[in-house]
Amino acid sequence: MTFQEFWTVDLWPLIWIVIKILCVVIPLMGAVAYISLYQRKIMAVMQLRKGPNVIGPWGLAQPLADGLKLIVKEWVIPAVADKPVFLIAPMLSFVLMLTAWAVIPFGAGLTVSNINLGVLFIFAISGLDVYGIVLAGWASNSRYAFLGGLRTTAQMISYEVSMGMIMASLLIFTGSLNLSMIVVTQQHIWFIIPFFPLAIMFFICILAETSRHPFDLPEAESELVAGYNVEYSGVLFALFQMGEYGNTILMSAVFATLFLGGWLPIFDIAPLNWIPGPLWLIAKTAVVVFVIYWLQATLPRFRYDQLMRLGWKVFLPLSLAIFIILAFIAHYNLNLVPHIMIG
Amino acid sequence: MSTEIKNFRLNFGPQHPAAHGVLRLIVELDGERIERSEPHIGLLHRGSEKLMEDKAYNQNVPFFERMDYVSAINQPYAYVLAVEKLAGIQVPKRGQYLRMLVSELSRIGSHSLSMGALANDVGAITPLILGLEIRERISEFCERASGARMHGNYIRPGGVSFDMKQELLDDILTYMDDLTNDIQACDDLLSENRIFKQRTVDIGVISAKQALSYGFTGPNLRACGVEWDIRKSQPYDAYEEIDFNIAVSSDGDTYARYAVRLFEIRETIKIVRQLIKNMPAGRHKTDDEKFTNPKRKKMQSSMESLIHHFKLFSEGYHVPAGEVYESVEAPKGEFGVYVIADGTNKPYRVKVKTTSVPHLSALNELTKGHMLSDIPAILGSIDIVFGESDR
Repeated sequence: MTFQEFWTVDLWPLIWIVIKILCVVIPLMGAVAYISLYQRKIMAVMQLRKGPNVIGPWGLAQPLADGLKLIVKEWVIPAVADKPVFLIAPMLSFVLMLTAWAVIPFGAGLTVSNINLGVLFIFAISGLDVYGIVLAGWASNSRYAFLGGLRTTAQMISYEVSMGMIMASLLIFTGSLNLSMIVVTQQHIWFIIPFFPLAIMFFICILAETSRHPFDLPEAESELVAGYNVEYSGVLFALFQMGEYGNTILMSAVFATLFLGGWLPIFDIAPLNWIPGPLWLIAKTAVVVFVIYWLQATLPRFRYDQLMRLGWKVFLPLSLAIFIILAFIAHYNLNLVPHIMIG
Repeated sequence: MSTEIKNFRLNFGPQHPAAHGVLRLIVELDGERIERSEPHIGLLHRGSEKLMEDKAYNQNVPFFERMDYVSAINQPYAYVLAVEKLAGIQVPKRGQYLRMLVSELSRIGSHSLSMGALANDVGAITPLILGLEIRERISEFCERASGARMHGNYIRPGGVSFDMKQELLDDILTYMDDLTNDIQACDDLLSENRIFKQRTVDIGVISAKQALSYGFTGPNLRACGVEWDIRKSQPYDAYEEIDFNIAVSSDGDTYARYAVRLFEIRETIKIVRQLIKNMPAGRHKTDDEKFTNPKRKKMQSSMESLIHHFKLFSEGYHVPAGEVYESVEAPKGEFGVYVIADGTNKPYRVKVKTTSVPHLSALNELTKGHMLSDIPAILGSIDIVFGESDR
């Protein structure tokens, strides 16, 4: 094998993939850092406060200061903790968050890996996410962390079922699990308009899945202090936090991709379609994230049993019913939603 | 091989964000369901009652402010009334009105914080900020009246320490309009919120009979349907002249306790408006220089005043022997003081009837069979302060 062959067949694809990954991960890390500022500023505006405004202009250096503080802080590993698992759990939670970004399309053809099972991939990864939290809750050997871990397991599993049903309902119409294809299908009309009830349900499932308000039971600070991450400190805690913020952005991006037309502009007309696709996706994701934090500033938290009841007795039957109705519509080709059918 | 399944035991507190201070609660859980909860109080015990036996009557007032620090003004009120009764001090009308005014303002501060804390305990963050904002404004008025934000030592035997300027009274009156809006915002955010209702309705129910047997007072008792308010049943100072309603609910649950407090804030706004409108002119404290410090001007020319001043701040005053129980309607319930005087300048014994201890002792009854998440909600709704229960 000549070097030429080695370069084109093995080395260059590898380098190319690494470049692509870095192109996603580096801005993502920035986003994960600054979403904390974004959250605090949103909450501050809603509560008539100023929010962080001391470090840097308008508090812009606050995330860096927070990060630095967590990095230089001493790790405290409880004596009774299961050390290897205790260390693996936050890494797992962080790495899984990064992995899922591989299939998010930032524009036409702009994705790390354009696999045909994109939706399923995200679903699988977010299903694995629960391990990070359960292991953390178990390994900490603390009662609050244990309860937090238990709650998360139950919560994520119950909401994933209806989330799967909602995704399946969409698939009937898109005919593809490829996220890029799903975005292209929305060229004429965003799915949030014909599938409005599904979009709302999916959004609520996202809240439960990423444990945001009003479903933030795993870390309900008034009950469980901090839930599963109560024993963590320093970098390990930072990994959990980044995993959590990252997941919020990820799920908002998934929502934007599935229902808000991903990288597509609002209207396909002159000044709007000059803006590059990734910016549209970022803007839409920012809107979804804003709604998530808006809810956090407004709503009280559900109780554990109420959450379960909502998941199993309301969401599952409803999403199942919608799935069946949509299947009928698609099967008998009732042209109720004509524009979204693809050839 | 068989394994014995044991209940899960959780140490809730003493350092816990929802424990409202330093409550140590041993909770026995079956899954997330509470089997038993056992409050251990006394972590904040400072021996105030004993310390008071070694201080002159007028030096004891600050101890009371440090009991329930959330409504610091209301506690010394009961003690001051007791001392005045023992010593036979006559308080001028304006002094009485000013005392009622600050204690009602303090009630607003306490209730708004308590409502905010309840909302925070069930997961809503914003009402707490609203509550703290209201409390901040009240603290500012307290500072302008007495010089200190929390522990102003404002109510003293014989009246109040300083007179309020008309300007301050006008500002308070103006603020009552803003306050009405803020309370409405809190009401809009919570009262009809479905999640808030799910979290509070039928949680921590207690019947009127049980509540009475535990010794409940204040909003917690009124939430069970018992119409009991010291300001109405045994009016002290000039409460007879004030027109206000008592909030009563019959449900006895967490939501009822919240609703009663909300109603009480609105009634208190009414009381404050009446007090300021009808504020009598005259002195703010008694002219009897044995009990209150004389004017500085007079002290410079009158030997007798100088002696009074010196005696008041060194020895205090002698109170004739006797014993008396006086109670006031503090924001959290009936706050009573039992004072035994032996004729010297120091009380022989001061016994405090706190508001929090009876409410706290019913915690097991209130939480039994509920979920772990309901403990913060119930704790928030019975509105306890450990500085007072542990004193």
